Amino acid sequence: MNLPKYLNIMTAALKVSNLKKTYKNGTVALKGLNLEVEAGEIFALLGPNGAGKSTLIGIISSLVTASSGDVEVFGDNLTKQRNKVKSHIGLVPQEFNFNMFEKPMDILVNQAGYYGVPRKTAIQRAEKYLKQLQLWDKRKSMSRMLSGGMKRRLMIARAMMNEPKLLILDEPTAGVDIEIRRSMWEFVEEIANAGTTIILTTHYLEEAEQLCKNVAIINHGEIIKNTTIKQLLTTLDIETFILDLDKKPEADLLKALNAEVTDENSIQIDVPKSKALNESIKTIDEMGYKVLSMRNKVNRLEELFYKMTQEQKNEGE
Amino acid sequence: MKGNNLVALYTLCRKEIVRILRIWSQTILPPAITMTLYFVIFGNLIGSRIGQMGGFDYMAFIVPGLVMMSVITNSYGNIVSSFFGAKFSKHIEEMMVSPMPNWVILFGHVLGALARGLMVGGIVTIISLFFTQIQVHNYWIVISTVVLTSVVFALGGFINACLANKFDDIAIIPAFILTPLTYLGGVFYSISLLPDFWQTVSKFNPVLYMVNAFRYGFLGVSDVSLTVAYSIILTFVVVLTAICLYMLNKGIGLRS
Repeated sequence: MNLPKYLNIMTAALKVSNLKKTYKNGTVALKGLNLEVEAGEIFALLGPNGAGKSTLIGIISSLVTASSGDVEVFGDNLTKQRNKVKSHIGLVPQEFNFNMFEKPMDILVNQAGYYGVPRKTAIQRAEKYLKQLQLWDKRKSMSRMLSGGMKRRLMIARAMMNEPKLLILDEPTAGVDIEIRRSMWEFVEEIANAGTTIILTTHYLEEAEQLCKNVAIINHGEIIKNTTIKQLLTTLDIETFILDLDKKPEADLLKALNAEVTDENSIQIDVPKSKALNESIKTIDEMGYKVLSMRNKVNRLEELFYKMTQEQKNEGE
Repeated sequence: MKGNNLVALYTLCRKEIVRILRIWSQTILPPAITMTLYFVIFGNLIGSRIGQMGGFDYMAFIVPGLVMMSVITNSYGNIVSSFFGAKFSKHIEEMMVSPMPNWVILFGHVLGALARGLMVGGIVTIISLFFTQIQVHNYWIVISTVVLTSVVFALGGFINACLANKFDDIAIIPAFILTPLTYLGGVFYSISLLPDFWQTVSKFNPVLYMVNAFRYGFLGVSDVSLTVAYSIILTFVVVLTAICLYMLNKGIGLRS
């Protein structure tokens, strides 16, 4: 892959140092947060509601003023070179924030204009992104008439109008159906392959697992974990499976596997990583049952994420 | 000025003007109807009984005042509704995340307000031709006072929109400050008709200077000195611009 010139420079796409934010009402949103995102990657930023994700994104995109600390985007300092930093960034916020009485085409062309993109080029770009995000047919509709999924895609298209080096997606797939979500994932992967660095916050943790290489978990205004998703998943020592059997499980089977009944013919078992799943299946077989199908009970990352934030909560108490 | 900033300014201006024209039934039509009623009631029906004022027919005397009144209210109203609307529905963030300098944000909105002020002022002037003949004493004074006054009230509206948190906040200033100042600013009368005390009080009203300077441009008569009027108007432009830019730089009312 031929990376754009700016990616050849050994500069982090985003470097956040000791970032603090206390709101006027006294709420401490960020407590000296440090974070580095490599150029060219899709980076997951996870955290429960109120963890500080949106505040962090707000500061990076100049919507929120930091109390102290430093933010650098591709080596440019936010405080000293704010407009230069802004020109590097595209933002897809959590809430719909476009004029509902304007048409998608106008919203995109105007957004490009704010970045100094001449109107002719802006119209060409708008056509490109509206088509890529399957909104071309709706270009002349009133934006308020679009469905929730279309509105989300419109915000992604808008964020692309300045062809940013760093795209921040704050829960971009919230409330969209699985088909659209997958097409949005494809689009995100496409633009990442073209060299755009992406920071993704999401509540669909399978999304982070699917798209991202590195992850930071933020809670109570601090990064509590910053590692690769692969590394993070190795710390999960138990996996939970649902097994569908050919007949109703008896008490002796449940006792032997330390399993729970989830449905008439289904059981749930916890399998430590140190133990092979084969052993459990062998036990089932020996006791005269057949496994018809098998699946993970929950998303692994979700389980881990829940565990980590709960641990931090318990430590706090 | 950098090319990028010019593109941004053009975009913002165009957007504002498209908005004014898109909702013409809210922006252009109501002031036209209101002013027609003023001309019919105050000018034709009541004015014919008043006779002359300042050496002119009452109708001819109030035309500049009514044009200026519509320019003031529409310049103010345009910027306050556009900017507060953007703030309320959060699409102000489209501008705030962009590298568009603050002066472009301000100038773009002011030009939008100026466009509406002049559009409405022009329409009111055309309507007045159905009721009276208009003479122009000095075109430059007419143009400069109407543009500068529109800018003053656009800047005032911008400050109001930045500080407003709810729709009530943008209704209070026009209702309780702007309207009394305009009605008492010599739109319908010459302050020479007032007792000395109220003449002195009137001279603290900046709208008086704007209306009278504008009227001078049409009729060649004024209750105030033209130099004083221009000095006051320009002082307001400079001070209000500085306040607006300070608020934008600090993110007052815009950033948390």
